[in-house]
Amino acid sequence: MTVPVSWYLLLAAALFAIGVFGALTRRSGIAIFLSIELMLNAANLVLAAYARLLGERSGQMVVFFALAVAAAEAAVGLALFIAVFRLRKTIDIDRINLMRW
Amino acid sequence: MELAAFAFFALLALGSAIVVVGHRNPVYSTMSLVVALLATAGLFVLLGSPFLAVLQVLLYTGAIVVLFLFVIMLLNVGRERPAAGRGTMQTWVAGVGALVFFGAMARLIWESYGEAEAPRLTEEFVATRGLAELLFTTYLLPFEIIGLLLLVAVVAASWVARRPTPDEEEEAP
Repeated sequence: MTVPVSWYLLLAAALFAIGVFGALTRRSGIAIFLSIELMLNAANLVLAAYARLLGERSGQMVVFFALAVAAAEAAVGLALFIAVFRLRKTIDIDRINLMRW
Repeated sequence: MELAAFAFFALLALGSAIVVVGHRNPVYSTMSLVVALLATAGLFVLLGSPFLAVLQVLLYTGAIVVLFLFVIMLLNVGRERPAAGRGTMQTWVAGVGALVFFGAMARLIWESYGEAEAPRLTEEFVATRGLAELLFTTYLLPFEIIGLLLLVAVVAASWVARRPTPDEEEEAP
């Protein structure tokens, strides 16, 4: 039996919702970043599912580019954490209020 | 057969995603992110793109997650301290928000596609050759731009993470 494509989309929506919950509730900067990676991954799953549904390979191409952008984003984001840690000795986002008005 | 594989990978992805956002120890969170990403790689295979599955394993679990672990251990990130006071309210708002989002998306997806079956997988769709042709013809410019972006990101990352100069350290609060 084949699986309807909407199940993949539902799964991706659930993964994205879990990622949103994590990004909003966690306090450690790293944990928030992990949740964001989870959301990114759910978006990739949606793109691949639509590529399958429409029989159009461009969707897979976009996932390829999204993966490359994710790599760049992870490198810069983690570098920012290291820089912030050098200044504040913590990456707990409750204590990083440099830019809070 | 496909149903069994889908159920396996979907449950694995959901379960490990919950561990990612739920566990207080960042190393465990990261390791279960690996499981979630590998499960997604399995789903990519089911969706007829083994190329993406390989990329996912190589790039995500091979490179990005190692970077995460490296930074976690470099900064010696410990267990997250438990929520202090304002935590519960925030958790409720985030939980309801996430549920509402999922509900709205689920309804939209179900009303749009329902049980719609995807077209039969063809050899042409699965083959990596087609992707390579797309990559080096239609998507040649984005491909080059991505290369440039990665270069810029590496330069920026090493600049941002450098050791601060003495007068920068004085400015630090």
